[in-house]
Amino acid sequence: MAQIELDGIERIFTLGDSKVHALNAISLTIEAGEYVAVMGPSGSGKSTLLNLLGLLDRPDAGHYRLEGRDVTTLSADEQATVRRNRIGFVFQSFHLVPRLTAAENIALPLMLAGMPASERNTRVLRALKDFGLQTRADHRPEELSGGQRQRVAIARATIMQPAVLLADEPTGNLDRHTGQEVTALLEELNAGGTTLIVVTHDPSMGERARRRLMMEDGALRQDLGGEQTAEPGAVRP
Amino acid sequence: MTPTDTLRFATRAALGYPLRTSLMVLAMAIGVASVVVLTALGDGARRYVVGEFASLGANLIIVLPGRNETGGVNAGSFITSTPRDLTVNDAAALLRAPLVRRIAPLSVGNSEISVSGKLRDVMVLGTSADYLDLRQYSVAQGSFLPREDLGRATAVAVIGDKIRRELFGAEAAVGRMVRVGDTRLRVIGVMSPAGQGLGMTNDELVIVPVATAQAMFNTNTLFRIMVEARNRDALGPAQKQLEDILRTRRNGELDVTLITQDAVLGTFDRILGALTMGVAGIAAISLAVAGILVMNVMLVAVTQRTGEIGLLKALGATGRDIRLAFLTEAALLSIAGALVGYGLGHLGAWGIRLAYPVLPAWPPDWAVVAGLGTALGTGLLFGVLPARRASKLDPVQALAKR
Repeated sequence: MAQIELDGIERIFTLGDSKVHALNAISLTIEAGEYVAVMGPSGSGKSTLLNLLGLLDRPDAGHYRLEGRDVTTLSADEQATVRRNRIGFVFQSFHLVPRLTAAENIALPLMLAGMPASERNTRVLRALKDFGLQTRADHRPEELSGGQRQRVAIARATIMQPAVLLADEPTGNLDRHTGQEVTALLEELNAGGTTLIVVTHDPSMGERARRRLMMEDGALRQDLGGEQTAEPGAVRP
Repeated sequence: MTPTDTLRFATRAALGYPLRTSLMVLAMAIGVASVVVLTALGDGARRYVVGEFASLGANLIIVLPGRNETGGVNAGSFITSTPRDLTVNDAAALLRAPLVRRIAPLSVGNSEISVSGKLRDVMVLGTSADYLDLRQYSVAQGSFLPREDLGRATAVAVIGDKIRRELFGAEAAVGRMVRVGDTRLRVIGVMSPAGQGLGMTNDELVIVPVATAQAMFNTNTLFRIMVEARNRDALGPAQKQLEDILRTRRNGELDVTLITQDAVLGTFDRILGALTMGVAGIAAISLAVAGILVMNVMLVAVTQRTGEIGLLKALGATGRDIRLAFLTEAALLSIAGALVGYGLGHLGAWGIRLAYPVLPAWPPDWAVVAGLGTALGTGLLFGVLPARRASKLDPVQALAKR
């Protein structure tokens, strides 16, 4: 059983009276612990695919099985629970809550899960230590550098020990050097067993992934380096 | 999300935008403060008027000449037309009623009092010895009017404290002769200071026997007769007895008006109570306005924090979590505003009491409870819509916004 199974996923946006096929018959399986880069030009549907994988969006057709369970039919609140426990998000623009300190930002998923404050604190302290943020615990996002902000965001995404880590252009707002640090950090987590799916423009970052999905006009054009290939129809050499 | 966390999260959110929060709290505070101050004013006026009437003394029935056409007792009951006079003999006859303890006929006029070259306008009250006990007054020096036949015009006077001060200063007043109008009277007593009732203060009054006053003003009518019943429960039956006596004395026609203090008090209580409610209602409008402001501010907050809401959803917040967080924030703003307004209102009421010491301007409990309750109610009610909007936001679009 693959960790992620997409079967004939369609996502159609209606803009005025024209219909845009953001995702067109996507079928895909991703095993636990894979390192996947989703690449393609803007508007190719890669962010839509990521949102769909993260249960932020629902497909118009097709099935999405996460760890063997069909999650497309779940209610909004059930999806929220799945997101909370199994999925971590890392965004290009970090999305830290500006009025909360680094430690409080990291603690957000634990708070939403209703974990008692004492247990939360030990987990957050360990995360701060793991990500080298001990001295920044009480700083607000505005007092942190870009790299530190993304490290806080990654700490927050992984504090619930999710099975899948979804990153949307995680290095897009960072300089080259910091970007490499963040990439290394994500790869380290992947090496620890977390499935890592990265959407990126940056070919050098894409190169590092063991498996690369090339998207174009909402369809999967190429699936390179994976242990198994996608449906033959969706792949063109 | 545990309730404690929701509360802490909402508090941090409210404190995160200090200007917005303080303006919001101010708007709510003004609403609550106006309810507290205005009801304090209204209720103070009510208590002042009721207090004035209560100082008349308990168990009192007042007999006025003339008939009042309206059924109930209202402020107009004190002004009656006078087809037939009320006389001293009527007053004496009322004493025959078994439930009557004592009576005091009242005859009132304006005159001048002079002593050793000093002259002053005074109000002269002609009455009898029982007036002192009936009104529960006391004399500071000398004695009150002698107990004698109501028809006897003894040339004595009891003067108010202010008149004593102005005419005699440090000298002894008791035993001195004064001239009131054309009549020479001997001062036999001085009233204790600061008795008040119905705008008549004893301090500026010259009290003489009723026959003396009637001779002075060349009249035989009475202004009114005050009757004290044996006890509070006897008020009703006593009134009946008085009516019977007066009807027989007047060829079967009852052309006088009897007013019990209870009825007067009750009426004024109702009128001014209604006034206070009305004023409170007007003040409550500002609370409704403040409620709409809460909604406006929370809607802006939802727009402002769209990205944050999207993030919370991505992190696994349910719609309920987000709804509760925003609702709690609206409630916090309302509670803070209500508490500040409560404080401001009491400060305002204190200021009124300082400026007008006679007015007991304390906000009534019901107004405080209603004010605070309305503030919280509107805050929550108007917080529901923004909270719902926040919880319904599409996470993808919310995250796309920065």
